[in-house]
Amino acid sequence: MSAVATNQVSRIPSSNRPSAEPKARRDVLAGWGRYPFAECDLYRPEKLAELQAVVARNSRSLIPRGAGRAYGDAALNDQNRVVNLERLNRMLAFDAETGVLRAEAGVTIAEIIDVFMPRGFFPPVTPGTRFVTLGGSLAADVHGKNHHRASSLAAHVTSLDLMLASGEIRRCSREENADLFRATVGGMGLTGVILELELKLKPIPSAWIEGELIRTANLDQAFDAFERADEKYDYSVAWIDCAGGRGTLGRCAINAGNFAAREALWSRAAQEPYRIAPRFPLAVPFELPAIALNSFTVNGFNTFYYAFSRPSAHRFFDWRWFFYPLDSIRNWNRIHGRRGFVQYQCVWPLAESRAGLSETLEAISRSRRGSPLTVLKKFGAQDGMLSFPMPGYTLAIDFPVTDGLFEFLDEIDQMVLKRGGRVYLAKDARMRPEVFRAMYPNLPRWQSIKAKADPENRFSSSLSRRLRIDPE
Amino acid sequence: MLKVLILGATSPIARGLAMRFATDGARLYLAARDPHEARRIADDLEVRAGAPALAGAFDAEDFSSHEEFLRNAVGELGGLDGVIVCFGAHAEEERAQVEPHAALSEIAQNFTGAVSLITLVARHMEAQDTGFIIVIGSVAGERGRARNYVYGSSKGALHLFAQGLRGRLWKTAVHVMTVKLGTVDTRMTWGREGVLLSISPERAADLIYRAYRRKSEVVYVPGRWRFIMGGVRLIPERQFKRLSL
Repeated sequence: MSAVATNQVSRIPSSNRPSAEPKARRDVLAGWGRYPFAECDLYRPEKLAELQAVVARNSRSLIPRGAGRAYGDAALNDQNRVVNLERLNRMLAFDAETGVLRAEAGVTIAEIIDVFMPRGFFPPVTPGTRFVTLGGSLAADVHGKNHHRASSLAAHVTSLDLMLASGEIRRCSREENADLFRATVGGMGLTGVILELELKLKPIPSAWIEGELIRTANLDQAFDAFERADEKYDYSVAWIDCAGGRGTLGRCAINAGNFAAREALWSRAAQEPYRIAPRFPLAVPFELPAIALNSFTVNGFNTFYYAFSRPSAHRFFDWRWFFYPLDSIRNWNRIHGRRGFVQYQCVWPLAESRAGLSETLEAISRSRRGSPLTVLKKFGAQDGMLSFPMPGYTLAIDFPVTDGLFEFLDEIDQMVLKRGGRVYLAKDARMRPEVFRAMYPNLPRWQSIKAKADPENRFSSSLSRRLRIDPE
Repeated sequence: MLKVLILGATSPIARGLAMRFATDGARLYLAARDPHEARRIADDLEVRAGAPALAGAFDAEDFSSHEEFLRNAVGELGGLDGVIVCFGAHAEEERAQVEPHAALSEIAQNFTGAVSLITLVARHMEAQDTGFIIVIGSVAGERGRARNYVYGSSKGALHLFAQGLRGRLWKTAVHVMTVKLGTVDTRMTWGREGVLLSISPERAADLIYRAYRRKSEVVYVPGRWRFIMGGVRLIPERQFKRLSL
């Protein structure tokens, strides 16, 4: 543009363009488990150019953060920089023929459901909360209740754009920059910033899940029930009692189902198959005292929950209730008290699952540390370098942070490790680096790709330093 | 179909407003300094609201380009029923207070650039005897304060300009609305100390859109700022200057 305008009004030299590094906010952050906390310089760019300046104009360590729903320290960077991507949440293109959505990393699963459920599409994979971003979900390569059929999120992502430490943007897919693609999905944000990605949504005939609720009295029955349910249903998940004693330990309530065909619905629902009126949201208004969840209340809850899970061979589930039971209680993470909690999620290879699960459940029950929110699920095939799932059974339990908890979890780690299992990074806040190394045998290959993509190791986090994920 | 031009379309408030207009079936032209960014927002509107939106570049400080820019935008839109003036700058007040260039640039973006564009728009709308102009101002324009008077004076001037324009156009069917924004949780307030009573940009867009629908003339967003600023205006200057507001 010309420096002097024709109509005698001179153009003022622009001096306060956002060319400099954007402003950071000093913030004390935590993951969803509210343990640990870390003081970080937090950025929240609203434009790509701003993000580019955050990434490339400062060489201090940086980690991207989505909705902050990882439980531990994956999106923390103590005394360093964190960039929040929630404002970069544009949906860029959608093809109704193929179901492929191109969207920025800050778009949440909840937004995708809001926009696309009325058009008959659902995220191909969703974790147990819909308040997560696509970028965060892909960086943790999340799984859902359909893992046995659909594998993890990465299996449905055809391409992604990654911003490297230099600010350069690279398109990655299974064909183009394939190594970087494989290292980035499940790579915990350590290869660069995922800017946008292409995701194939799943066509659904309605918003209802048609399936069954199966109640089992012990683990053997539960394993049988899972085998049968997984042959019939896309989605399956179990609540499991991990606090009871002999006789009640390991009893399960399995929810399984498929999206219901329109013909299967009753007439009123069939008229508007994608509409289910939302219910009034509940909230936990403040942190409960740590004593609120003790072995009595947990056992009491478990007994009630089991009793009220009436087995039924044919029933319909509201999608919100089926996929996101805890999303209807705002700030449910406050129930574990001031010190926060750790969610421990591990997986055993199929052959070791039965034995691994029962020894672990017994140890947890003996420790009296268990909580009521415990989930059991069978995984199917899995691809990836640092991705968590493997064919076998996975268990997820919340533990309030108490004295001796980490020593106890170190023991559980050893039990999982000796059977060839592993622990989920997106939930971890306390694992030891040597245990992590033994659980993730692809680490050296991942490190060589990371070293090429980020030679100065600009992308690192509290988690990556604690577990020594970064290449030396 | 309502044809609306949004100037400064990449701000989160502008994006929220665009979404509301698009959902109600308006045809939009999103103009911003960074057309690449405006394009992404237009794509987002298209995916979410199913409404194709146009995107283009404009430079508030390049006054001589405004006439041609507006002609092109109106041509592409196929008419013009409304304009939303969302652009502005509140970069480094500390610098603007000692560097004339920085101050003048800020004023060019917030005030003189807006005057240039609004004047052209008003001419167009007066001729067609219909339309609306939404001008996004700020409560910072209500009283000069040590902390942000460069920004505040540019917004205050903008309020007066819009007020006068409203007076001139009231006999036509052109609706001129002044929005006095309180603090909103955007880039402008991110990391700034002493930011109180902040609302989300979506909420701000919602309130502005509602005010537009009921044809408000001057609206505080959110409404509590009317009372806060009413109080702030009452403090005698002798005391006010000593307050670190």
